[in-house]
Amino acid sequence: MRIGVITFPGSLDDRDAQRAVRLAGAEPVALWHGSHDLEGVDALILPGGFSYGDYLRAGAIASLSPIMTEVIDAANAGMPVLGICNGFQMLTEAHLLEGGLIRNDHGSFVCRDQVLRVENTFTDWTVEFAAGQEITIPLKNGEGGFIASDEVLDRLEGEGRVVFRYVGVNPNGSLRDIAGISNARGNVVGLMPHPEHAVEPGFGPDTAVAMRSGLDGLGLFASVVRRALVEA
Amino acid sequence: MPTIVVDVMPKAELLDPQGKAVAGALARTGRTGFSGVRIGKRFELTVDGPVDDELKANVKQIAEEILSNSVIEDVVGIHYEQSNAELAEEAVHDAAEHGDAGYVAPAGETH
Repeated sequence: MRIGVITFPGSLDDRDAQRAVRLAGAEPVALWHGSHDLEGVDALILPGGFSYGDYLRAGAIASLSPIMTEVIDAANAGMPVLGICNGFQMLTEAHLLEGGLIRNDHGSFVCRDQVLRVENTFTDWTVEFAAGQEITIPLKNGEGGFIASDEVLDRLEGEGRVVFRYVGVNPNGSLRDIAGISNARGNVVGLMPHPEHAVEPGFGPDTAVAMRSGLDGLGLFASVVRRALVEA
Repeated sequence: MPTIVVDVMPKAELLDPQGKAVAGALARTGRTGFSGVRIGKRFELTVDGPVDDELKANVKQIAEEILSNSVIEDVVGIHYEQSNAELAEEAVHDAAEHGDAGYVAPAGETH
């Protein structure tokens, strides 16, 4: 399976996402924002960072990049698309996901190992998890407050499209503790925390077993790989 | 050359952490009497051609679809103004007519 990771001007975690893809058993393909070519990949990741310096709004200018035309078409045709942090912000700006992300309610950048509950294990990016499973992955953002109208929030909840919810601490004022959501079809998922930073022993969050041994992020990438095998 | 000014504000019902921080600073420095501060954005678009209905419709669309995100912000105003250069020229002209120096910009002020 080949998974494209799109680099935008100001992307920071594109290489980490590529490594996560490789560790999950797929082939990462580096894609460029200025191109119109998805190079025949089977899935896409929009990585974290501060594309265009977060000018205008976080993810807003990147969502108008040339390659986003193809990303939107592919997403609407059912290709698995994962947006992490800035990538999540881009997906909301591109209207592939509902709601929006605003500055953290406390006004500060936050960086911590964050516990999440996996609330939907049917999306292309979460089939490897158990329903209700709690995972710990790093979170680092300044504009991670998820908001939407009550009507949209109720619909997301009602349709099971809240994929990840913050547990213990709500780190950024997100409404209803929402950390990640999906589209109706379940192929497009966006979340603020960073699964790609919890995929390799020695570099992940601390666990009760050992320092930096947390690998909970790997499940997202393994999910899309398994999904591809099932379909093949 | 006309300047189009688009004003965008965070939605009224949303917390505006930037405005809240400024309000806190005002209170700390003894500037009381302000019950709130909200911070928005002002966009200045300049055009070479005439401001006609087609342009206005185009600006409205740009304001609603690109300059703002309707989930989190509202477009609160679209104004058509003279450019800063024109205003400066007018000020100089007025000063010459009235025989005073007009507004003298402090060093470093760019308008």
